[in-house]
Amino acid sequence: MTIEELDQIAESTRAGYAKYDQQINVCMGTGCLSQHSDKLRDALTEEVKKQGKNAFVRRTGCMGLCAAGPLVLVDPDEVLYQHCNAGHAEVLTSSLGAEPVAELQCNLREHFDQQVHVVLENSGHIDPEKIDDYIARDGYKALVNALTEMTPNEVIQQITASGLRGRGGGGYPTGLKWGTVAKAGGDLKYIICNGDEGDPGAFMDRSVLESDPQRVVEGMAIAAYAVGASKGYVYVRAEYPLAVARLTNCLRDARRRGLLGNNICNTPFNFDVEIRLGAGAFVCGEETALIASIEGKRGQPKPRPPYPAVSGLWGKPTLINNVETFANIAPIIRKGGAWFAGMGSERSKGTKVFALTGKIRNTGLVEVPMGIKLRDIIEGIGGGVPDGRTFKAVQTGGPSGGCLPAELLDIGVSYDALVKVGAMMGSGGMIVMDDTSCMVNVARFFIEFCMTESCGKCIPCRAGTAQMFNILSRICAGRGSMADLDLLVDLCTTVKETSLCGLGMTAPNPVLSTLKYFKNEYLDHIVHKRCAAGVCNIQAPDPSDSPSPASPFEVLA
Amino acid sequence: MPALVPPPLPSDDKRWKIVNGTMRKNGFARHALIETLHTVQSAFGYLDDDAIRFVALSLHVPLSQAYGVATFYHHFSLKPPGKHTMTVCTGTACYIKGTDKLVASAEKRLGIPQGQTTKDGNISLMTARCVGACGRAPVVLTDGELCGQMTEQQMLEQLERWAVE
Repeated sequence: MTIEELDQIAESTRAGYAKYDQQINVCMGTGCLSQHSDKLRDALTEEVKKQGKNAFVRRTGCMGLCAAGPLVLVDPDEVLYQHCNAGHAEVLTSSLGAEPVAELQCNLREHFDQQVHVVLENSGHIDPEKIDDYIARDGYKALVNALTEMTPNEVIQQITASGLRGRGGGGYPTGLKWGTVAKAGGDLKYIICNGDEGDPGAFMDRSVLESDPQRVVEGMAIAAYAVGASKGYVYVRAEYPLAVARLTNCLRDARRRGLLGNNICNTPFNFDVEIRLGAGAFVCGEETALIASIEGKRGQPKPRPPYPAVSGLWGKPTLINNVETFANIAPIIRKGGAWFAGMGSERSKGTKVFALTGKIRNTGLVEVPMGIKLRDIIEGIGGGVPDGRTFKAVQTGGPSGGCLPAELLDIGVSYDALVKVGAMMGSGGMIVMDDTSCMVNVARFFIEFCMTESCGKCIPCRAGTAQMFNILSRICAGRGSMADLDLLVDLCTTVKETSLCGLGMTAPNPVLSTLKYFKNEYLDHIVHKRCAAGVCNIQAPDPSDSPSPASPFEVLA
Repeated sequence: MPALVPPPLPSDDKRWKIVNGTMRKNGFARHALIETLHTVQSAFGYLDDDAIRFVALSLHVPLSQAYGVATFYHHFSLKPPGKHTMTVCTGTACYIKGTDKLVASAEKRLGIPQGQTTKDGNISLMTARCVGACGRAPVVLTDGELCGQMTEQQMLEQLERWAVE
């Protein structure tokens, strides 16, 4: 494959579509598929044929606004329809080339106008199972260009210049990581794409893999070239069957086109990718645990150093990046590191995809420049809290993150700003809560999650989360004491400082952040024995039931 | 060193050939353990003693490691599933929208705690840690099919339909 051949494929694909007057894109991501958008697509195809319209009906990936699905986007007029079903096929088809169907039209300009799509630039516009669709939108140009025009070192320089930081949550500078792996000795190195999106409430990686899988593979191939690896693994959750199917398909097509395999683009560069299925363990999102899982073992983390960059999969230098990080690589190589660094805030460059869910009007996937205010995401893009309720908190970063109150909505979203206020970027889940959520109960929910997901290797995490869960359960039941609060803070500090891996180190964050910003709710439960949100089931206090100190023998549920 | 003889298939059930196929594709390497268990689980619906032993022997993995892996990962089940499975997502977005109430009401209707199957082997009640369809919360999977914005009423009706089958 040469750049000319690639251009030729792109040109002929574009010319093929240009023959049509309209292109009808039907979202077939997991969200819309669950509302039978496949039947809608079939009905539209049928109807277009019947009415003799010169239009093309395309299956696409996620368009972002999951709550309004199934979505249909008609190009080139860019008319977006929401809540469509197969019954609407006839009116939609007859409206082609005429006035749009007003009652189905989705007019959420403020939702889309504030977004900047880099990772999601193709989502909703291409058929994820057609490699030529991707190539027609400049796909694989970056890879071919890197292989034929750039040295591995130049590639790493561009990534470093872009200021891209790991999108899995840690925020480690990507260029620095690549440089370390590139410098590591040995001729056998591995690339791993971390698609074990275990954070409940986050679905960015699923969506990227379902909507634009080629982009991730291209990013991995560029990384492999830069660090000198020849074998890659994508570790995907087994809970994402559609993503796995589309990825499998995408790897097969890339091999057929000679973009994976031996001597790619007639260069000595060899690279191939295999899929590894996760088996439902949150801790496998941690890199050393993930490596253990690929090796066929229990997903238990190891102490670092040695870092995977030096000794990873089967003891070889290994580069692990998140799905979204890899999805950013191709545009950076195509447009240059400086272009990417021009977006975002001072220390957090580029854009970030967030999964906006919970008590918010426009739930779905959004991509915004770093540094944007939380308020702009929640009230602007998200449309605010529905049903006349009031905003109480936004939870970012999943079980490792924190809950932020309304007073902090004016902070800019960046790795450092979020850590400073006790939350974290995480992989990008953003869950909005209104006044019907009890923050003590929410903290208990997250600690329960960490408790069941703790791999059990180190004691602070295994026993600490269980004790924290006991204390929080007691407070939720109205049996907590003021001494419990001190004990809770004490436990949080110990677990945070002494756990082996990220799961334990960040597990106390939801408790600490709720204690910091919503202490009055804890006091309400302990002193007044009431739950203002009406979530906790507090029994009338029993006078004989004196608050007991935390017993290590309390039985867990 | 004596040649390592692969163990015989546990029975003449054709599904064992699929399992063997996965191991052969991976060159009977030890690291294929999880991949193979995935195949067993999707072919048989769960992992029983025979299956774990067979896979461990074929891949030359200690039984303790195979059992350790099978019990470590939530995806693997050591008990046969019911004829139908109701899986309630308990991820954060679904939890905020009240799936704890869905679980409680399903538990009450079926008379079993989550993670169990009704005595007649008809319905299993499971919970999942986020299926990634948070935009459609609250979400349940009825026999693996994703249903979004689920109400208690709809879920109970589904359970009712299964019960009278």
